[in-house]
Amino acid sequence: MNRSDVCVVIPVFNEEAVIGDVVRSVREVYPVVVCVDDGSADRSSDEIEAAGGVLVKHPVNLGQGAALRTGLEFAMQFSTADYFVTFDADGQHDVADVAQMLDLLDGGDIDVVFGSRFLDKRSQISAGKRLVLTLAIKYTRLSTGLALTDTHNGLRTFNRKGAEALDLQMNGMAHASELLGIIAQREFAYAEVPVHIRYTTYSRSKGQPLINGVNILFDLLLK
Amino acid sequence: MLIKALLILATLGLLLLLLNKRGAARTRAWKRLILVALVAIAILSILYPGLTTRAANAVGVGRGTDLLLYALTAVFLYVVVGFYLKFRDVERQLTILARRYAVDEALQRAAESRPSPPPSSD
Repeated sequence: MNRSDVCVVIPVFNEEAVIGDVVRSVREVYPVVVCVDDGSADRSSDEIEAAGGVLVKHPVNLGQGAALRTGLEFAMQFSTADYFVTFDADGQHDVADVAQMLDLLDGGDIDVVFGSRFLDKRSQISAGKRLVLTLAIKYTRLSTGLALTDTHNGLRTFNRKGAEALDLQMNGMAHASELLGIIAQREFAYAEVPVHIRYTTYSRSKGQPLINGVNILFDLLLK
Repeated sequence: MLIKALLILATLGLLLLLLNKRGAARTRAWKRLILVALVAIAILSILYPGLTTRAANAVGVGRGTDLLLYALTAVFLYVVVGFYLKFRDVERQLTILARRYAVDEALQRAAESRPSPPPSSD
């Protein structure tokens, strides 16, 4: 299987150790992979190009939200893809999970499909992370009314209409909540699919500290 | 005491400034008027040092120095919030600029590396 109607967008910041393998594994199924190097200080850009990813390079570091928006904006101009996938650079997502998400979009009734690590038992989530994520889910339900089981999962798929609407202003990590606000406000049809998050020593070391939740809350409040 | 009401109002004003969504022209005009007023007050209090103490007593503060400290605190907070807002705007502008640059550059590189499409007229 080789789908060129799909464009995968990966925001990258200092991931030289893993990004090459991630891009290669995604490209086995989805050949068009757009990587936004968000001003990395390491060799991430070289690894991306060596792996055959399409490189978009921020001249300065702007944050994951900004990188996602840049990637989607570029992807929509660069490719004629019908579907856009956001994927994390640290190797914690499983490419195999994307197919089921695309199937839902293929049905034509749904604009956005979110991955959720809480819908099955595959992901080994630490107690602290589970607590913060649960709070985020509750917050999302209160502020947007979206009934999601995982609000901060980097694996998402959009049709073109959904991707076009994502005018993210939050450059940092608050973009995940902002994105959900847009989905709710525009009343897009959404669905959730169970996905596996592989917590490796590497992804754990790259992940954001839980205290960053405080920053996210402030960003959202002072928008 | 009057000073308590004034300081609470000034603090609440900070929130208003943070949540203010109106145009910059109006706020800029106010900032300038306040600056002119501050200069006038500064000159007056230099010429008549007793003035600050009398002003302090009028609002229920013992010494002019204390009033000055309160006023300085309030002004400092406004400056911090003002810089925060300005900084946020600049960051948004930088994002738009950097994104435009990154996308254009990547599109150009893609166009160069792609084999040119076969001529459509045959």
